[in-house]
Amino acid sequence: MLTTTTITEFEEVLGTEAVVTDPVALRSYECDGLTGYRVTPALVLLPSTAEEVAACVSVCAREDIPFVARGAGTGLSGGALPVAQGVVISVQRLRRVLSIDPDNRRAVVEPGVTNADISRAAAPYGLYFAPDPSSGQVCTIGGNVAENSGGAHCLKYGFTVHHIHAVDVVLPDGTLTRLGSHAPHQAGYDLLGAFIGSEGTLGIAVRIEVRLLPRPAAWRTLVADFDSLEAAGDTVTDIIAAGIVPAAIEMMDSLSIEAVEAAVAAGYHRDARAALIVELDGPHQEVASQFAEIQRLCRDHGCTHLRVAADADERAVIWKGRKAAFAAVGRISPDYLVQDGVVPRTRLAEALTRIARLADAAGLRVANVFHAGDGNLHPLVLYSEAAGQHDRAEHLSTSIAELCVELGGSLSGEHGIGTDKACSMPRQFDADSLATMRRLRTAFDPHDLCNPGKVLPTPRLCGERPGPYQPHPLETAGVIERM
Amino acid sequence: MSETTDPPQPGTSSFDDHHPPARNLLDDCVHCGFCLPTCPTYVVTGEEMESPRGRIYLMDLAAKGEIPLNDAFGSRIDSCLGCLACTTACPSGVQYDKLIEAVRPQLERNVPRTPTDRFFRAAIFHLFPHPGRLRLAALGGIAYRALGIRALLHRLGVIRRLPARLRALEALLPPVTLRDLLRRTPSHVPAAAAAPAGLRVGLLAGCAQRVFFGDVNAATIRVLAAEGCEVYVPRDGQCCGALSMHAGREDDGLERARRTIDMFERHDLDIVVTNVAGCGSTLKEYGALLADDPDYRERAAAFSARTRDISELLAELPPLATRHPLPLRVAYHDACHLANAQRIRSQPREVLRAIPDLEVADIAEAEICCGSAGIYNLVQPEKAEELGRRKAASLHAARPEVIATANAGCLLQIRRHIGEDVPLVHPVQLVDASIRGVHPFRDSAKRRLPHD
Ligand SMILES: Cc1cc2nc3c(=O)[nH]c(=O)nc-3n(C[C@H](O)[C@H](O)[C@H](O)COP(=O)(O)OP(=O)(O)OC[C@H]3O[C@@H](n4cnc5c(N)ncnc54)[C@H](O)[C@@H]3O)c2cc1C
Ligand code: SF4
Ligand code: SF4
Repeated sequence: MLTTTTITEFEEVLGTEAVVTDPVALRSYECDGLTGYRVTPALVLLPSTAEEVAACVSVCAREDIPFVARGAGTGLSGGALPVAQGVVISVQRLRRVLSIDPDNRRAVVEPGVTNADISRAAAPYGLYFAPDPSSGQVCTIGGNVAENSGGAHCLKYGFTVHHIHAVDVVLPDGTLTRLGSHAPHQAGYDLLGAFIGSEGTLGIAVRIEVRLLPRPAAWRTLVADFDSLEAAGDTVTDIIAAGIVPAAIEMMDSLSIEAVEAAVAAGYHRDARAALIVELDGPHQEVASQFAEIQRLCRDHGCTHLRVAADADERAVIWKGRKAAFAAVGRISPDYLVQDGVVPRTRLAEALTRIARLADAAGLRVANVFHAGDGNLHPLVLYSEAAGQHDRAEHLSTSIAELCVELGGSLSGEHGIGTDKACSMPRQFDADSLATMRRLRTAFDPHDLCNPGKVLPTPRLCGERPGPYQPHPLETAGVIERM
Repeated sequence: MSETTDPPQPGTSSFDDHHPPARNLLDDCVHCGFCLPTCPTYVVTGEEMESPRGRIYLMDLAAKGEIPLNDAFGSRIDSCLGCLACTTACPSGVQYDKLIEAVRPQLERNVPRTPTDRFFRAAIFHLFPHPGRLRLAALGGIAYRALGIRALLHRLGVIRRLPARLRALEALLPPVTLRDLLRRTPSHVPAAAAAPAGLRVGLLAGCAQRVFFGDVNAATIRVLAAEGCEVYVPRDGQCCGALSMHAGREDDGLERARRTIDMFERHDLDIVVTNVAGCGSTLKEYGALLADDPDYRERAAAFSARTRDISELLAELPPLATRHPLPLRVAYHDACHLANAQRIRSQPREVLRAIPDLEVADIAEAEICCGSAGIYNLVQPEKAEELGRRKAASLHAARPEVIATANAGCLLQIRRHIGEDVPLVHPVQLVDASIRGVHPFRDSAKRRLPHD
């Protein structure tokens, strides 16, 4: 339990200025990027070193205080949602790039370093960190590890999990240990694999050794406009069928284009029904021949306009537009929900048609922007809180995620399960799979102190019959509120 | 500040009725966090409540009546530099400038400050917006330096024991010479060359600017005249209201705005030009600030539409005067009130690059504030110190021979942290030196360039 004595103990470990007790300040921590769930923490701790994190967690373990790690709070599934009576351990003061080893293409960084800052620090050596979530300027590498984040270029380069050598972790009992190593093959259990994507439920990452890649020799980027989402989707299928692995294939529909143009004026055409962004990178020769092939495929599928980035600046503008898409939707709708699901690539067009049908039935608009190459959809459900459309929007969003499962895909492509989708887990996993996951979690965190209530459904959170449409019991109890 | 006694009333806004932050502006924020890495106070503290997202969140809670207007909330708003880096970074178009401008007067009105805080702020407002008093204070400053009192106090460690705010004020005193102080800016200068446009331009002499940076004004006037403008510098110059507005002293700021409009209207001008970014952004807001005033509404809007920063104007004017080469490596520091509030980033660089042989170097973390921001370095000295040190390190790393920035506050703040070895100038001083073919640094102002 958190008492004044424990608070004093935290203050002795960290200094008073790193322990937030002021009730007003605490409220600013009550949600992450998913503002629908809010819980005010009892305390926020801002340690500056790995050892301080370990000391904080030890106190929590001894006193039975639940704790939640927090990076930049950009998570979209309520993963960093605090626990009432619990503490939030923010890693925002662990922001040092500790070392860069250009010969072995490795860097060791603290968990609060932003995704983009790793690439910035590696740039002088011609290296970069490949996973590129749209939130890369803001989100932390600790958050990326916890969510196994991806981005546009994961089609070719894989997710965060493919770019981490080792993680120093503070386990839920306060032990500081290392998972993984930079040896190419490791004996024993793959604990690092279990930790990556565990959404802060198995411990707190305090030092991360990342893999860096050399900058590709060449890249080409184009934007192809189409009259229909189907035509764009078929083009994607054909590109992959031709044996080409582009660095990225992204798709935006007309609503997303409208939002992006309103926000950053990146030169997309507002009259296009769908725009594909295709990027190739690699050796000059290969890029040149494949790029010609892709342009041909786009034309074959009736593309109405083809824009080829003339230089690095134009490429940056194209990507800036794509990466601002989520946040830019705020320009065309007072409120919106970001959904994240995966469908088999071949069923993209079908998924989009059915999403449109669901949206019509709900009387709401859905903007689509997604990683088309790997079938990772990000439908954005637009609604107005003021007009009382929240519940309808929430239902629609959940039906879209479950539609993905039904089409043979997954509940989440990269944003995680967190608080938001914990109750939907039984739709994708049977009881045995869930029980196995729970056993793994208990092995790390026997007393359920480390980010409790996230990822796995619990009767307390989801009621007797786990399902998405239940009012949240914490909500009924007045502990959390949904906007 | 102290706690207010009124408990919050959920459902009823904690703000009073006089221009509370607008609900639709608060709702524009989608909590994505894209603004965090550019916010200087967040970069320094890593604290959510010291970030734009956190501040907007707290404003939202206050608007919903979930938190009161009290010291705890007020201190988060006080610590905001108003640098507006967040508005530049925000993809959702959140108008943080409007939000903070609405909230500051609310706090000034509704949250009592502690006596020392009030005294310190009042002292600043009695000093800075008044050139006459400033000149007197600066004279005191000269005596203080000349008589070696400063060095002595430093050696005795007295300075270190001063409260942080006084220490900040002490360290900021710029090295002003008597000649600078006694110099008065001429009130009318005819165009030195005939220009097709033949613009009548009024220069805002500025309050702190006029006393500490008379040479910047002189350079501005020379450059404008050389580019074919007829220049007027209204004599009864007083503060344009920027300092007051940025600190939430709304009534005082509006009164100054009205007087500034009156003053310039007497001259029938095409353009009003400023060389201080902080003043410029306020002049450009007069239209919005005085929208409620039936006597001034239209005049203020017209005034704002006529206002230009000097770099902005120079980039618009076809160059008339010949630029002589200046073989220098210049680090250009974006003043927040220019880059974020007025969105003027490329123009000063263009104007500098038009000087033959001059190289403009890029600096790391260019978008992060130097910690000056209005009176911030005086009222929030600890954070400002850290930001100043950070900025100085980034600037040093670019190995410049000279640093240029377009704001008096930034000049003072950077000078303090970078030390004496790299000269600091306003970009217009480099343009002036190039047009005149002289060396730009003050000590050698009269020396011709070697290759001339
Ligand atoms: C506009 C926008 C665009 C986005 N685009 C993408 C995208 O393209 N791809 C993508 O994958 N995601 C995307 N996201 C989601 C989000 O940015 C990622 O999930 C990111 O990795 C979260 O990082 P964070 O630092 O903000 O973590 P937080 O939100 O603070 O935390 C996320 C989770 O990680 C845990 N955690 C944080 N730090 C640690 C640590 N040091 N050790 C252990 N656990 C920790 C938390 O407990 C929580 O469960 C986007 C979000 C936004 C707002
Ligand atoms: S104005 Fe500057 S200091 Fe204030 S919130 Fe925005 S970025 Fe931060
Ligand atoms: S101010 Fe803009 S960038 Fe910052 S959190 Fe809000 S919407 Fe995002």
